[in-house]
Amino acid sequence: MADPIVSQPLRAEEVPSMWSGMMAIMKRDLKIAFRQRSDMVNPLFFFVMVIALFPLGIGPEPSTLQKIGPGVIWIAALLSTLLSVDSLFRQDFDDGSLELALLSPQPLFVLAFGKVIAHWLVTAIPLIMVAPILSVMLYMDRDTVWVTLYSLLLGTPVLSMISAIGAALTVGLRKGGVLVAVIALPLYIPVLIFGTGAVEAAAMTLPYAGQLAYLAAFLVLALTFAPFAIGAALRISVTSQ
Amino acid sequence: MATALLQTVKLFCERDDRVLIRDLDFALQPGEVVQIEGPNGSGKTTLLRILCGLSDDFSGDILWQGEARRRVDSEFRRDTLYFGHLTGVKFSLSPRENLRWILQLKGIPPHSPGLNDRIDQALSNVGLYSYEDVPVYSLSAGQKRRVALARLFVEPADLWVLDEPFTAIDRKGVTQLEGLIQAHAGGGGSVLITTHHALDLPTIRKLQLGLGRGTWQIQ
Repeated sequence: MADPIVSQPLRAEEVPSMWSGMMAIMKRDLKIAFRQRSDMVNPLFFFVMVIALFPLGIGPEPSTLQKIGPGVIWIAALLSTLLSVDSLFRQDFDDGSLELALLSPQPLFVLAFGKVIAHWLVTAIPLIMVAPILSVMLYMDRDTVWVTLYSLLLGTPVLSMISAIGAALTVGLRKGGVLVAVIALPLYIPVLIFGTGAVEAAAMTLPYAGQLAYLAAFLVLALTFAPFAIGAALRISVTSQ
Repeated sequence: MATALLQTVKLFCERDDRVLIRDLDFALQPGEVVQIEGPNGSGKTTLLRILCGLSDDFSGDILWQGEARRRVDSEFRRDTLYFGHLTGVKFSLSPRENLRWILQLKGIPPHSPGLNDRIDQALSNVGLYSYEDVPVYSLSAGQKRRVALARLFVEPADLWVLDEPFTAIDRKGVTQLEGLIQAHAGGGGSVLITTHHALDLPTIRKLQLGLGRGTWQIQ
């Protein structure tokens, strides 16, 4: 055994800083995501394919596509969030880093929050970036495309937070896949209603600020309460196995 | 007698209608190594998980330095190192990144002086010199375990809870680990360990589980 380079032992902070804990887990997850790109590309590919299939299945009439456009984009975003969320805690659960997180002096909700933010950055941001192109494909006009973008920016973090609760609850089960959908989908409904509502209003050149304000309110609500629910759910999943 | 580092009072645990541990009264003193023995399925891992807070499936009290663990949870978690069957090592990160992240999780500021040198030193101590920056998935099974074992060299903790730390480790590594455990105990730290190896340590107490219907014995 070699002599230690520095003789003073490392000291953990008396009260660990929540910010650094959150940033640490976020950076780690982003690093992992950029090394295993399939986690990032799969939901995006799914989103693009679902939207591309609609004109093929329904027919290319601009009036029909314009009418169903907002709904199609929102439902595709919703399903692709659901698709990606199952892997959110699965790997950490399987390799034991969730146990380490549980035993860390950091509160679990802080770490859960960091994880969900990282997950949103790698799965939802690419989706939001391609959404305008797909909106144009569905014959939306320029203003509507912008509103689609705003509504997705406000709505997808809420979707991520909600589905993370479901994923945290089911991570201890061997086959939790469908259960996440059963838990999360009903909770998606308000976001879907106001998300598509904003885009439809914009398409009809009506005021849409109200719907966006509701989405923003959901976002604040989700950011405030969901991390605690996710943390508690993770604790149950790990301690009851 | 000084306050015990970790103490259980009438700890009772059953699993699937089988009583694993009945009325366990056990105290771990600072500087003490306790090996938990018993056949497979006798509840060694379950006991360790209960003791470090990964399982709530028990009744009875657990005291940390004389106070209910529930009330000093944050201190308890800061001063405890758990090494389980699942090591928490991320395969797509390098050993260096893994250790860095585990230390940050423990509340070590990322810019502590000498942190990087220490991590490299710990990795070379476990025989991973020149492997610091390769992704963990390209290492062998034993080396993957060693990435996690490097925690023992850098992570500050009073209590080590080691669940089968010698799995997939070669003979030389086992000897080194025994030395490390002894040094930790010599410095006032305590170790709870399960292993099927005969540990070559001068002072060691043994907690025998699996003697039938939750009975136990301390030697």
